[in-house]
Amino acid sequence: MSDNLEQQWASAAKDIRMQASHWRERRDRDDFGPADQTELDTWLAQSPDNMVAYLRVDDAWCRADRLGALRRPIGPVGPERRVLIARIAAALGLAAVLGVVAYSQMDTPVRERSYTTAIGSRELIKLADGSEIELNTDSVLRTRITREERRVWLDKGEAYFNIRHDAARPFVVMAGTHRVTDLGTKFFVRHDTDRLEVAVMEGSAQVDANGKTGVKPAVLLPGDVVVATANSILETKKSVQDLSDKLGWRQGMLVFHHTTLADAAAEFNRYNREKIVIGDGAIARLTINGTFPSRNVGDFTHLTQEVFGLHVEKQGDIAVLSR
Amino acid sequence: MAERREAAGMAETPDNNREALSQSAGSASVSAVNNWFVREVLPLENALIQFLRRSWRNRGEAEDLCHDVYVKVYEAASREIPDPAKPFVFAVARNLLINRSRREQIVSIDTVADPDTLGIARDEPGPDRAAIAKQELHRLQAALDRLPPRCREAVVLRKIEGLPRREIAQRMGISEATVAEHLAAGMYALADGIHENESGK
Repeated sequence: MSDNLEQQWASAAKDIRMQASHWRERRDRDDFGPADQTELDTWLAQSPDNMVAYLRVDDAWCRADRLGALRRPIGPVGPERRVLIARIAAALGLAAVLGVVAYSQMDTPVRERSYTTAIGSRELIKLADGSEIELNTDSVLRTRITREERRVWLDKGEAYFNIRHDAARPFVVMAGTHRVTDLGTKFFVRHDTDRLEVAVMEGSAQVDANGKTGVKPAVLLPGDVVVATANSILETKKSVQDLSDKLGWRQGMLVFHHTTLADAAAEFNRYNREKIVIGDGAIARLTINGTFPSRNVGDFTHLTQEVFGLHVEKQGDIAVLSR
Repeated sequence: MAERREAAGMAETPDNNREALSQSAGSASVSAVNNWFVREVLPLENALIQFLRRSWRNRGEAEDLCHDVYVKVYEAASREIPDPAKPFVFAVARNLLINRSRREQIVSIDTVADPDTLGIARDEPGPDRAAIAKQELHRLQAALDRLPPRCREAVVLRKIEGLPRREIAQRMGISEATVAEHLAAGMYALADGIHENESGK
């Protein structure tokens, strides 16, 4: 950087890396919500320049958690911060010598990750503790696993959780304004724009409005389903068979039982870029039974042609059904 | 940016790549590419920076070149993840230097060292985990020490004490916005520090 021209050259990467650092700082705040995440995702998708700069600073900041792992129980923090820093510095020095020991205690990687599935795809996420999360179509999930807690944010979409229970380290799913705390469980959470659905297959889980006063937490047992909107929490009970049908997506299938054509179309539309549109109000209430591959829109519309005598009109990526 | 990408040569379809990136259609998923990038590419930064400094006349540009290599590698991985990563990353770095040399007509291509002959591009097992961890902790500590005092204090309170911003602001007697500035600056410096060889600074 010996002259101005070179300074300009060098500033390009610096500038992007600084922007990425500001994003990562925002992301670190407790009140970072889905709207912020959307803004961040937009910025990341703008250019691989942004993406690589962000990944780099994110990785470094997550790995710097190891500094936190060096924290010793140092009792109540004194008011004199110089003393505090001196103590921490001492701890750091000691730990650097004992780096190997510190590392061996770090077998559970402390890091934040973000997972995004495209329309029609799924992803299996294996956590270091043996827990598994299966992410359904068009979903966004973030994880923050530390030694104290396991926390994930389902910003949108649907996920199936098979969680190793650990009383000392609760597993918490944040979804919009609600919070699901695992109490040893297999369960799924579906988070649409203004609606949250939680169902428990095994064990139990608690759903509450993220600590908001006046809202009673609901404790769910196997078969319990909770549908929460901004103002209400509705509890129902379903058979285990019904619930496992709802999880047909894990095998790439959609299972319908007396499902209206409108609802079935909405389900297919979650999994495909090709959209089914009901062009005629009268047919919306026809009912469907059966199991269908979620990615095969053509088979499904063809079937409605054969069974209900519907007319299917293709307009680019849209299939309009009508009488 | 556009100019730099063009200068970097190799694959000349950034727009297509970006589309693939946002849609992740018919190629590796974004999170798969991201995880691969973090796991396989970022740990090479120290070696990459050394290679770039050794091979490029202006050491001050290493940071910029490194970023450009990352962008190229990421774009390529969005189509198909290269395996193994290390030789690929260094091949991209070398091509980048060659293209830039041609364009600037300043250095001859021969002066761009072959990473193979430098013995750094081979995909061989590095030092064991424990040694890497120890090194990394040293680097982190050194990077933390180099931060300006107030910035370091904010990072320590956040990262080691785990305090929320409000409390950090109270303790330090500054606004939350200033805490945020300190933390962003700290993150930037740690990202450099965690990867870089100090002697190369």
